[in-house]
Amino acid sequence: MSDSKISSYTMNFGPQHPAAHGVLRLVLELDGEIVERADPHIGLLHRGTEKLIENKTYLQALPYFDRLDYVAPMNQEHAFVLAAEKLLNLEVPTRAKYIRVIFDEIGRLLNHLLNITTQAMDVGAITPSLWGFEEREKLMEFYERACGARLHAAYYRVGGVHQDLPKGLLEDILEFCTHFPKLIDDIEGLLTDNRIFKQRNVDVGIISVDDALDWGFTGVMLRGSGVPWDLRKSQPYEIYSELDFDIPVGKNGDCYDRYLVRIEEMRQSLNIIKQCINSIPKGPIIVQNNKFVPPKREEMKRSMEALIHHFKLYTEGFKVPPGETYTAVEAPKGEFGVYIISDGTNQPYRCKIRAPGYAHLQAADYMSKGYMLADTVAIIGSMDVVFGEIDR
Amino acid sequence: MDKLLNELGETISSSVGESILLHEIINDELILTVSSEKIIEVLTFLRDESSCQFKMLIDICGVDFPEREIRYEVVYNLLSLTHNQRIRLKVMTNSENPIPSVVSVYSTAAWYEREVWDMFGIIFSKHPDLRRILTDYGFEGHPLRKDFPLSGFVEVRYSENENKVVYEQVKLNQEFRNFDFMSPWEGAEYILSKDDKNDLENEK
Repeated sequence: MSDSKISSYTMNFGPQHPAAHGVLRLVLELDGEIVERADPHIGLLHRGTEKLIENKTYLQALPYFDRLDYVAPMNQEHAFVLAAEKLLNLEVPTRAKYIRVIFDEIGRLLNHLLNITTQAMDVGAITPSLWGFEEREKLMEFYERACGARLHAAYYRVGGVHQDLPKGLLEDILEFCTHFPKLIDDIEGLLTDNRIFKQRNVDVGIISVDDALDWGFTGVMLRGSGVPWDLRKSQPYEIYSELDFDIPVGKNGDCYDRYLVRIEEMRQSLNIIKQCINSIPKGPIIVQNNKFVPPKREEMKRSMEALIHHFKLYTEGFKVPPGETYTAVEAPKGEFGVYIISDGTNQPYRCKIRAPGYAHLQAADYMSKGYMLADTVAIIGSMDVVFGEIDR
Repeated sequence: MDKLLNELGETISSSVGESILLHEIINDELILTVSSEKIIEVLTFLRDESSCQFKMLIDICGVDFPEREIRYEVVYNLLSLTHNQRIRLKVMTNSENPIPSVVSVYSTAAWYEREVWDMFGIIFSKHPDLRRILTDYGFEGHPLRKDFPLSGFVEVRYSENENKVVYEQVKLNQEFRNFDFMSPWEGAEYILSKDDKNDLENEK
């Protein structure tokens, strides 16, 4: 018995599993409880977004971006409108830039709240997720007040944002920002020094800087390993260059460091939101050019030209000059990029979506090799995977 | 910005110039077209050379141009953290000629190449594990090719009679309509039917 070779044991994990964060199917090869190989099977949520976008006008393509990473929808829209604006050479009004940054950071809060608390749930803590979801609800109410939808916002437009913020919204967001640090403290009180949480996360899923670069990690996954790389600082878009905020980095590149980075990023996001609300100017929220933006309703009652513009925009859409661009934003999960090739018509010729989670999940095999089965759950949790964006 | 990119382009051309077929700057982005057999060499150079340091492969993307003689383009997007720069490489191929896999240079290429194979049917030689990735088990065809219909060919539903999920031909009650938005005043090229052509010639 002692010299007979024990063959590895293959186990199926997911797609219906609470710790799979959606529809991940992992085929694990185990030696006892040690993971020898993890083969993620993805695509169970594949909806053909890229193919659909090729057959839609630029305005119709925008809402598909909400449905990618549905945890922080507006950050995705941002990458798309930035790419389209670059091709069209449009300069966005300042107020729209501020509004976009405010909602980007709200998106970051939404994402990190969900990730931290569900990852904690994967390793055994239930209370944080109950507290976190209560706050997410408030943040989604802000979404709702700005654009009418809680999740699938479709709020950003090529050239600005769809409508101005309602009265009192900024004051309420500011109010929220004063209360919210208390909740971060509470969650930290439950997790940061918690013995079980640390046993499950410290020194689990360590990734070195070289490996992180080799596997194409961005965002928190890269910063957790100690690389201060954030597109908001290094390739600033909108008004990020005028804002004062810090980029938290980890030291060891393990799951625990990534948790700490996310906590600190939430505090920095609050900081950014406050700065924006204090200095947001008045003015237009979208470019004043009826070739790209529909005219006002009252104009359409009186002006024939406005009526024609409206009709043309909502049937044909606007045409984008031929060219190509890769434009990326720092989404909460990492670098979210959109590569658009335009052939001069009203539809993108090709629109490739670069989702950060795709690169991260690929390394699940490399990162979980040699760890215990239960650690895979902690590692996948700390990667922050959402299948809307991975499967596209 | 353009000047920096030009300099970078010059450095690259001076070292691996013979593999670079075309070098252009569009929208402040440097784009190099590389011959497909040299891609590993060029990527290794870009990754290790001190003035480049493109340590990160951000994305690999396929593009289909059915009207071209060499039909497909594979696009590599690279990022250098040290120099805070991006670069884009393009390789042309058709569905018969494989492109060397770059997994040996960047580990992250594995899934991106699988995706390009899945979506376009472009083959990558010496890829460790070239399986389909995003489409269904047992899927046929390559959906992002321009000649693949938007509605696809099969749809699935759960059959009460057979107690399993069954695949069926797609049936659309209303045909998918693709509107022609080309303005007749701005250089639309209409494809004439045979009869129309004869009429035109008769008029002449």
